[in-house]
Amino acid sequence: MEDVHRTIEAVARESYGRLVAYLSARTRDLAGAEDALGEALLAALTAWQRDGVPQKPQAWLLKTARHRLIDRIRHEQVRTASAFTLELIADEADEATSAEQFPDERLKLLFVCAHPAIDPDVHTPLMLQTVLGLDAAAIARAFLVSPAAMGQRLVRAKAKIRDAGIAFEVPEDRELPQRLEAVLEAIYAAYGSGWEGAAGADPRGRGLADEAIWLARVLAQRLPAEPEVRGLLALMLHCEARRPARRSPEGRYIPLSEQDTRQWSAPMIAEAERALAAAATHARPGRFQLEAAIQSAHAERAHGARTDWRAIALFYDRLVDLAPTLGARIGRAAAIAEVDGPDAGLALLDEIELAAVSAYQPYWAARAHLLQRLGRKPEAVDAFDRAIGLAEDEAVRRFLLERRG
Amino acid sequence: MEYVMLIYETPLDFEARTSAAGEAFRGAWRAYHKALVDSGVYVGGNPLRAAESGTTIRLKNGKRHVQDGPYAHTKEQLAGFILMELPSLDAALDWAARCPSAATGAVEVRPVAVEVRESMVT
Repeated sequence: MEDVHRTIEAVARESYGRLVAYLSARTRDLAGAEDALGEALLAALTAWQRDGVPQKPQAWLLKTARHRLIDRIRHEQVRTASAFTLELIADEADEATSAEQFPDERLKLLFVCAHPAIDPDVHTPLMLQTVLGLDAAAIARAFLVSPAAMGQRLVRAKAKIRDAGIAFEVPEDRELPQRLEAVLEAIYAAYGSGWEGAAGADPRGRGLADEAIWLARVLAQRLPAEPEVRGLLALMLHCEARRPARRSPEGRYIPLSEQDTRQWSAPMIAEAERALAAAATHARPGRFQLEAAIQSAHAERAHGARTDWRAIALFYDRLVDLAPTLGARIGRAAAIAEVDGPDAGLALLDEIELAAVSAYQPYWAARAHLLQRLGRKPEAVDAFDRAIGLAEDEAVRRFLLERRG
Repeated sequence: MEYVMLIYETPLDFEARTSAAGEAFRGAWRAYHKALVDSGVYVGGNPLRAAESGTTIRLKNGKRHVQDGPYAHTKEQLAGFILMELPSLDAALDWAARCPSAATGAVEVRPVAVEVRESMVT
């Protein structure tokens, strides 16, 4: 009994995305595919307990889900599926279930989830649900919205995919870079962008780090010639490698410069370095490769080397040229402050228009630290207060309160 | 699938249909139309007269309320529509991006509600 449960869970975790991708690639009906797979999993619960777990559980699920899907299409006469598609699905599913392996359509599904015709805010939730099988409630928690609201957004997006007829295809070369960027953005958003970038930035700790890294690995496997994919994987692995060092045993926040490098995960750093080196062979630098290179430079400390701030500042220069995001501009200011002194860093912060950073915590934290180093006490306290007020993380709040003095 | 491109144009583009300065615009449209037809995706379509020539009617309590002008008063106005047969939204968006009016105005791509049409044909 317990065993069957566990087997179903394991198979579902392993193959959910592949099954949904395969079942929806022809009908473009993600909701229908998910429902059919859900019913198949439910059916497995009784059938496998009665008859034992089949030899090829994945094929069993595919076959059962496919039958449910075809029944549903017949009964509801779903508008997008003509008789022709129905036959096509039936034929292909027969072939696929008799074959050892069925084609992996997850790459296409990732591009569908991050399609420009879909609201960018739901790209990541769609991926998490359709490729990883996370339920709307778990996704809603990670994105700080109500489960009902998240559920509704997902339903709307899936209806748009089906009704507008979005293609389940890997984009052509001409469009690939732009389309891939959206996929990478969505995966990075799942990671939770707010880990410690610049001094005292806000590690939200609400990202779905393992899931994001898993998605990046799938993508890297399927698109080995795209260096930015490996760049993103390297970036996330570097960040993840430091997770244990980011908090003291008492839960205090420890900034990057004070972390005990022995607590960094050496295997993760090694994997990150391999991914970044593989990306570099293509000689096509991009935003994620540069961000990974910055983290790689920080990781040198693990070998006892001093942080090469000049190299980091150079990477940031190129990053700001390529993608002048607030995070990159603040990171560059912090790096320049290490190379040329805090007033040079502060001058760069002053260039950022205030309206853009009024509620951006990392800016105020970086500003506070630089003002403090310059001995401009009252201004530093003001900036610290602003950073503390904007912090979401209790540990960061405490850390900044102590620094403020 | 059947898709319609709803083509919205600026007043300047409406003028370009007849003005001497609009020859380049008209040339681009002729080439575009030919490409649509030659590729076999073109099903039908028509340009529309200027928005001022539109008349909008609503029936309220059985009475006609007729309004002079288009349904919505916006800077860009519906200028025409083209019906296409294509496999996916992505293919339709490729054609919309090539539309000369997309550079100055906007093109909305909508799937045709085939099932509604079928339910109305007796």
